[in-house]
Amino acid sequence: MSTADFLVQGIIKAFELIFSLNPYIMSITGVSIQVSGMATALATLTAIPLAFVISFMKFWGKQALITLINTGLGLPPVFVGLFVFLMIVPVGPLGFLNIVYTKEAMILAQYILITPIITGISLAAIKAVPKLIIETVYTLGGTEKDAAVATLKEARFGIITAVLAGLGRALAEVGAILIVGGNIARTGSVGRIGEGLSETRTLTTAITSETSKGDISTSIALGIILICLVLSVNVLANYFQRRD
Amino acid sequence: MEELYRIENLGKSFGNKKVLQNINLKIFKGEIFTFMGPSGVGKTTLLRLLNLLEMPTTGTLIFDGNDNAILQKNNVMRRMSMLFQRPAIFNTSVFNNVAYGLEIRKVDKKTIEKKVIDALAIVGLAGCEKQKALTLSGGEAQRMAFARAIVFKPDVLLLDEPTANLDPANVAKIEDIIRKIRNELGTTIILASHNIHQVRRLADRVGILLNGELIEVNTKEQIFTHPFDARSYAFINGEIIY
Ligand SMILES: Nc1ncnc2c1ncn2[C@@H]1O[C@H](COP(=O)(O)OP(=O)(O)OP(=O)(O)O)[C@@H](O)[C@H]1O
Ligand SMILES: [Mg+2]
Repeated sequence: MSTADFLVQGIIKAFELIFSLNPYIMSITGVSIQVSGMATALATLTAIPLAFVISFMKFWGKQALITLINTGLGLPPVFVGLFVFLMIVPVGPLGFLNIVYTKEAMILAQYILITPIITGISLAAIKAVPKLIIETVYTLGGTEKDAAVATLKEARFGIITAVLAGLGRALAEVGAILIVGGNIARTGSVGRIGEGLSETRTLTTAITSETSKGDISTSIALGIILICLVLSVNVLANYFQRRD
Repeated sequence: MEELYRIENLGKSFGNKKVLQNINLKIFKGEIFTFMGPSGVGKTTLLRLLNLLEMPTTGTLIFDGNDNAILQKNNVMRRMSMLFQRPAIFNTSVFNNVAYGLEIRKVDKKTIEKKVIDALAIVGLAGCEKQKALTLSGGEAQRMAFARAIVFKPDVLLLDEPTANLDPANVAKIEDIIRKIRNELGTTIILASHNIHQVRRLADRVGILLNGELIEVNTKEQIFTHPFDARSYAFINGEIIY
């Protein structure tokens, strides 16, 4: 078989797997969306209030917090994975949670990874709101709270972009969840393509293992789904950026 | 006549830069008071001080008998409204922009709707409620901001060059509204303007600012016929270049 044939065969098989809604592939996609979605939701619930507090309040240690967030923006995922892993192993400080190799552990790792991203981009969006908007609120009789709310409203498209950036990053991330989630699936019969069901296996971690196993059609199918997901997130982010 | 503002020895510096100094002035309820003066003299700064948006460096400001006005800023500012020289627009519909002052005052929805529609009709923007405010032309945006500033019927309206971006027809329209608001609601109006003709048409009294000081405060008639400061005469007759 030539390389071209090999690829064409792989792609055809990949589309078959996708359109037949192969249970193994669907379960992996489900885990990816579930983990990244939950991590993004929790990170958003932290990041937006955090950006709000940093933007509108004076408190001790604010500069240190901003430095921490900026550092968090560039954290290598594998490092976060290792860190979370050391926290949750039975002898670690969070060992009592008993979440090694679970989706909860993966959510925790992604939460740590993307909270700084969503916070950082939200902060920039809030900062970009002209001071004159805040003054307009005051001249129309608004309080400081009204000014803060109006600023958030003005920054809304930037904040949505921030959330989508976090989601995109979470979906594409592999290092951290591989370490804390373990890439586990209940496997079917050995050697059969597309069998088994995902426990903590995501699109990204599955691609690494399927590729090294040599199951190229499953890898391509997973890759296509991953790219479609990330692309839709980016298209959406682009849309909101243009609305700004 | 009842005093609305009494300011004594008011001054404002930005860093080392003294912008305003030694301003003494009373403004009465229901009058149209106008500040005139060359560009950069501090008209906007003075309006911002009167709006309590900016804190004075020196002096006192008494608002409606309240010599603690500056400390009770939120309550006092609720009675005022200022229209900026270059208004900021909220990135939402025209309706929501104009409704803002009513919404934060917790006015009920029905009343808001009625008042916003009235205010937009007054400034000649009837039917534009749903338009995105950022798509308005410069003159329309200025008129929308005007509607937004008057919709909650403030006791005092501070207008910073309110007709600077408008064509003559709209200038006349806005000037009519200003007179009407004062005559029908008794709103005190404080206006900053370069435009000597506008001041002549609108003002009851005029204050002339020069080099950071209020060199003369007088009735419009006096200022335009017999100003007592020679520099006022020079300014009004265009002999002070600005
Ligand atoms: N926040 C600030 N910091 C520093 N300087 C300022 C600030 N605000 C105003 N100024 C300065 O104060 C002076 C008066 O400004 P202001 O805007 O009050 O003038 P103006 O009379 O309204 O001028 P124009 O007619 O051009 O609008 C200017 O020299 C300006 O540069
Ligand atoms: Mg000005």
